[in-house]
Amino acid sequence: MRYLPLTDTDRTAMLGVIGAPSVDALFSDVPEAARLGGPIEGLASHASELAVERHMTRLAAKNLSAGEAPFFLGAGAYRHHIPASVDHLIQRGEFLTAYTPYQPEIAQGTLQTLFEFQSQVARLLGCDVANASMYDGSTASWEAVVMARRITKRGRVLIADGLHPHYVSTITTMARFTRDAIQYAAPRLEAGCGEEALIAAIDGETSCVVVQYPDILGRLPDLAAIAEAAHANGALLVAVVTEPVALGAIRSPGELGADIVVGEGQSLGVGLQFGGPYLGLFATREKFVRQMPGRLCGETVDAAGKRSFVLTLSTREQHIRREKATSNICTNSGLCALAFTIHLTLLGEKGLRALAAENHRLACLAADKLAAIPGVELVNRSFFNEFAVRIEGDARQIVRDLAAKGVLAGVGLGRLYPDQPELAGGLLVAVTETTTEDDINALVAGLQELLA
Amino acid sequence: MNAPNRSGWKPGTPELPEDIIDTAGTVSGNRGLALEEKLIFEIGTSDTTGVDLPEPSPGAANRLGGLERSEAIGLPGLSEPETVRHYTRLSRQNYAIDCGIFPLGSCTMKHNPRLNEKVARLPGFADIHPLQPQETVQGAVEVMVELADWLITLTGMHSVAMSPKAGAHGELCGILCIRAALEARGDSREVILVPESAHGTNPATAAFAGYRVEDIPATADGRVDLEALTARLGPDVAGVMITNPNTCGLFERDMKAISDAVHEAGGFVYCDGANFNAIVGRVRPGDLGIDAMHINLHKTFSTPHGGGGPGSGPVVLSEALSPYAPLPYAARYADGTLRIVEEEVAAEEHPHAFGRMTAFHGQMGMFTRALAYILSHGADGLRQVSGDAVLNANYVLRSLQDVLDAPFGPSGPCMHEALFSDDSFAKGVSTLDVAKALIDEGFHPMTMYFPLVVHGAMLIEPTECESKAALDQFIASLRSIAERANAGDPSLAQAPLLAPRRRVDETAAARKPRLAWAEPAEAL
Repeated sequence: MRYLPLTDTDRTAMLGVIGAPSVDALFSDVPEAARLGGPIEGLASHASELAVERHMTRLAAKNLSAGEAPFFLGAGAYRHHIPASVDHLIQRGEFLTAYTPYQPEIAQGTLQTLFEFQSQVARLLGCDVANASMYDGSTASWEAVVMARRITKRGRVLIADGLHPHYVSTITTMARFTRDAIQYAAPRLEAGCGEEALIAAIDGETSCVVVQYPDILGRLPDLAAIAEAAHANGALLVAVVTEPVALGAIRSPGELGADIVVGEGQSLGVGLQFGGPYLGLFATREKFVRQMPGRLCGETVDAAGKRSFVLTLSTREQHIRREKATSNICTNSGLCALAFTIHLTLLGEKGLRALAAENHRLACLAADKLAAIPGVELVNRSFFNEFAVRIEGDARQIVRDLAAKGVLAGVGLGRLYPDQPELAGGLLVAVTETTTEDDINALVAGLQELLA
Repeated sequence: MNAPNRSGWKPGTPELPEDIIDTAGTVSGNRGLALEEKLIFEIGTSDTTGVDLPEPSPGAANRLGGLERSEAIGLPGLSEPETVRHYTRLSRQNYAIDCGIFPLGSCTMKHNPRLNEKVARLPGFADIHPLQPQETVQGAVEVMVELADWLITLTGMHSVAMSPKAGAHGELCGILCIRAALEARGDSREVILVPESAHGTNPATAAFAGYRVEDIPATADGRVDLEALTARLGPDVAGVMITNPNTCGLFERDMKAISDAVHEAGGFVYCDGANFNAIVGRVRPGDLGIDAMHINLHKTFSTPHGGGGPGSGPVVLSEALSPYAPLPYAARYADGTLRIVEEEVAAEEHPHAFGRMTAFHGQMGMFTRALAYILSHGADGLRQVSGDAVLNANYVLRSLQDVLDAPFGPSGPCMHEALFSDDSFAKGVSTLDVAKALIDEGFHPMTMYFPLVVHGAMLIEPTECESKAALDQFIASLRSIAERANAGDPSLAQAPLLAPRRRVDETAAARKPRLAWAEPAEAL
């Protein structure tokens, strides 16, 4: 077996040193009744690299990949072009096959990239500090809610209607067990983000207000007004960014007053991957740093005075604090964070701004062309690279019909809000630099045909 | 020539012997192939980019609602050659499993097959969106179902929740299933019992799920004290979290009796499956009465650790807990169709789900890798995997027990990891010193100071991927260091001397945390 270096001669020699008659004898602590005498029945035997590759390739070929079709899906996962050097660099064995950097003297590569990642994320989100990553945007969101409760010692959470419904579910699932009271209602298909109602609901019991920016319908809520109202009541503003490329064009949540900014970093460097692994971003104000979950990398020196990086403030973490830890998170998204930081380094400020501008230009073009189709109505007044349109009937069926014609048209809101029939006509359309004008024309033609 | 010590930090350790390192000063600070590398913030600029994009047109129409960025973000950019060089140079300051044995106990650093990387990157897996119509992603759902089938069969359990993102997330999933099952019968138990030797994630998870955590005592031979545990069980105990094989590297012989006692008292049994690699293909946790167990795909099934993730933590469940598993999950129907069961159809098909743990469907990129690994080994190969892992660990244990204290060595074979204490060291020598001395020998150290039940613990997990020659070299190095430690060699306190960094000052880092780059004052 190609991954196992021991030979039978080795095994015999080693058993001699150990003083055991056989490998099976080493399992003598396992009660006889629980020990299996041979390979588990009904499962396949080992296979060659060629055979496994053939099997996996056959499965992959059953899927319609985004690159094979005009593609307009978003809703928290975005298709961007990832420069070839990103994937090359993250596959270097020194990064790919290292562990969490517990021994800093031989892990400066990972640690310095984490320090660079934290610095980039903090700047992009407009915060003082960022951690070394969470699992994804949704779990980062509930960690933010838990952190807000620790800081404010309050348990009432207001969730804006524009938060991704999977994120809402993730938060409410946890709240069932932490006993936070969650106030949330699904959005309506309209241009306004409902800031006034949200602000009116903030009171002296509110721990935090959770607002996505841009939101699930692509709208841009007025974070500054919500922040002001939250702060006036002693509550925190948690901003959620699922499309970090937007921050190359619009003001950062931190700049607009958010206290904790979390996000999904998948857009930069990571790729679609059918939903995971993704990359949770988590940033906040300096004064809250000891309440943060997750790993933090800090600067220090070694015994010779050389600048060095090391995991720090671990007294917040589970391996030290156990049941009193700020989170149970251990393994996070290290390699995705590396991909993100390499992609953002390649872009730099200039590239990120150009990328954002190109996304917005194409999205405006698509929105105008779609809005011109009879029976299609643009919902948004504001958006970055994703917007909602309203069509007659159930958009899920339109999406399925167009998929059958080789166009991946977007996300029907019925998929995300199955219990909200009034949203069934909503179609979310995302447009990035990977979208061509031909793709947009194909979507327009397809919709025209179906709606005619 | 020494670099000037700008921080003002004063090492509290004696001067080095003169003949070591600092005699060959260079202008660049590099030493041959040992290359220093600055931060991107020191070498990049805001108008450099390594990506060609259209120039934004200043007057372009926008729908940004008046929220256009006006201030600079402060992000440095590098051209492509500079970027490749920057990260390549940094990578060379890392130790990794590709460089040599990485014997971190409990972390399971095994070889990461490159076939798995290749298949995970097939566009049919890497370039599909989680919300595409299900008809267009049947191959991806098939991967999930096929992997789920293997995990269920290998563990002898009833179902598997695939969405948890890592081991600790899987623990939470399992504990929330237990909580949901108890609530469904109107039972509000408040306590989870956890042994002292458990991973820190166990008590943290139980507390996060709203439980009070109480310790389970251990016996002198490093196992759960069945009698004490049974005495503590009662109507307030929701369940126990037990790692098996445990973190002392020992199989919990009484596991079935523990499960029976917990079930008898109305509770559930969570098993931390971090060490499943020791028994895969030989023991099915379902036969031991386990109700829930997470499987770290990045441990047992070889997906890469990537310097701290991503992981993946599917949770196998007993029949009693299966109705409460979270959404979504992948299902194969009687007619052969495959689908992800999510909120759209949950009311009919899975009405008791405790909720959702994450957006989308889980760590697909890890599923493809783990499945490729499992298919490569097959049922026979996986049995060999656990056999060789246990053989290698016992070989390390018996080859070093004459120079290092092996507290549980006399009680019999270990499983996949060998545990030693600092008992034999001379006064003044610590486990940390020994670990750092291993770095100078060219090895990644073992897990230090864990589990907490052994003083100065050193937990060595070689995995099945090490040859006898590699183990012999590691054993010879550790033997020599152990002899120095037992004799009280003071130079061990200086280690490492030959790594990219000397001992790093962790205390200073925590005292005044510097967690993000700030431009030096003179540049402002």
